[in-house]
Amino acid sequence: MSYIEFLQDYGGRMVDGSLITLVQFVLATVVSVLVALTFGLMRLASNPAVKGFATVYVEIFRGTSLLVQLFWIFFVLPLFGITMDKFTAGFIAVGLNMGAYGAELVRGAILAVPKGQWEAAKAINMTPAQRMRRIILPQALVIMLPPWGNLVIEILKGTALVALISVTDLMFQARQINISTFLSVQTFGTALIIYYVFARFCVTPFMRAVERRMAFKIGRA
Amino acid sequence: MTTEDMSQYPLRLEGDNIPMVRFANVRKSYGALTVLDHLNLDIDMGEMVTIIGPSGSGKTTVLRMLMTLETINGGVIYVDGEPLTHMEKNGVLVPANPAHIRRIRSKIGMCFQHFNLFPHMTALQNCMEGPVQVLGMSKKEAEERSLELLDMVGMADKANQYPSRLSGGQQQRVAIARALAMRPKVMLFDEVTSALDPEVIGEVTNVIRKLVDAHSLTMLMVTHQMGFARDISDRVCFFHSGVIAEQGSPAELFGNPQNERTKQFLNAVLESN
Ligand SMILES: Nc1ncnc2c1ncn2[C@@H]1O[C@H](COP(=O)(O)OP(=O)(O)OP(=O)(O)O)[C@@H](O)[C@H]1O
Ligand SMILES: [Mg+2]
Repeated sequence: MSYIEFLQDYGGRMVDGSLITLVQFVLATVVSVLVALTFGLMRLASNPAVKGFATVYVEIFRGTSLLVQLFWIFFVLPLFGITMDKFTAGFIAVGLNMGAYGAELVRGAILAVPKGQWEAAKAINMTPAQRMRRIILPQALVIMLPPWGNLVIEILKGTALVALISVTDLMFQARQINISTFLSVQTFGTALIIYYVFARFCVTPFMRAVERRMAFKIGRA
Repeated sequence: MTTEDMSQYPLRLEGDNIPMVRFANVRKSYGALTVLDHLNLDIDMGEMVTIIGPSGSGKTTVLRMLMTLETINGGVIYVDGEPLTHMEKNGVLVPANPAHIRRIRSKIGMCFQHFNLFPHMTALQNCMEGPVQVLGMSKKEAEERSLELLDMVGMADKANQYPSRLSGGQQQRVAIARALAMRPKVMLFDEVTSALDPEVIGEVTNVIRKLVDAHSLTMLMVTHQMGFARDISDRVCFFHSGVIAEQGSPAELFGNPQNERTKQFLNAVLESN
């Protein structure tokens, strides 16, 4: 079977899988941004209980494997009465895991905003919430965008694991095709190329564009 | 602070001639290092007081305590008759809560050595931010007020520039306008010309001169420019290791210093210039 024939026979399923991967990726990214902001800010709270809770969260999700977390969420949480369909469990697990890494980026970027900015905001009598929202976060965003570019690629790669709880993503389709055809080179080769092209030619340029736009908005471009 | 008898401090200052700012027995330390030791200083309404002194003598700390950027370890600071660092509870002064601090802090504005303009906002937006967000003013009104102030500091034509496009002197003038936009009663200047190239220092000091001439603000300034201090101050305080070693009119302090430390300091400054 030529590669052209392979694509004719199985390209459709690969495309279906890719679309699922795309949706998983977008939803997991949304979850991780929300998680990162929440826990990144909590890590900076002065209340020790709030801070402690966030620290434990970040430690657990960064210190254990994403695959184990995925299985926990899909297979173990139902035993405690929390049930999700496999699609939801997939992007939630990836989002919660990557969000823990993101929280550290948020925290680091906020701390990297010069102290003088906090003080100037205080000197015009802003409330702590106003200082954070209006002055610190916009500047922290510019600082954290480049490392987020890497993290977003990690999120994309991380979504491949959802195939293991039978979400019909690109990886799942590739495995199914491989099982029935034994054309490992063609199937996994195609999957590899799709992941690479998506990361290299869609996600990365998008993040760069956002970075440039932010840098422009802050008047640094 | 807990060991101090707070009943010695009045709940508010009363009488005809209350100072705009009063430091009463104010102490500040960082760990074992005492930076200010029982500071007592009154600043009258409309007065321009300059603080001079060697590096590390606690000059910046005085301003930062008044701006509430630092907490104090003893004593009370009063602003416009009311305690800033404390508030009344059951007839005695207790450490102020955030709401009280914010209410009193609204009377104070500050300019910093390194300007600290918000880099993601234009000059105009920097000035409008406080009036709109903090005072709840309409955008239109805040813009009018800000443009007026930018004009006063000679920056109206750069209103839409981001700070990164402005020179140090221009940034500092915008920072002055930003602070004034909040209509403070007391303005604090911490070495606002120290980070500037010599040729642009004048454009900033001229703005401060204008403010002095307008007589409406009470000002407390830290500077290393003795000539400027001599020109515009009503009173000069010489700080040395956390205490006011000597104070007086510029003529007295620069013309006929009494304290040995003051003489040494002024000689050293003169020689270096
Ligand atoms: N956050 C801090 N932690 C510890 N020590 C500090 C801190 N801030 C200031 N100090 C110390 O307090 C003392 C007074 O500092 P301050 O900044 O008020 O001096 P200054 O008179 O403004 O000096 P300069 O002319 O160099 O600006 C110095 O010994 C300084 O090292
Ligand atoms: Mg200083």
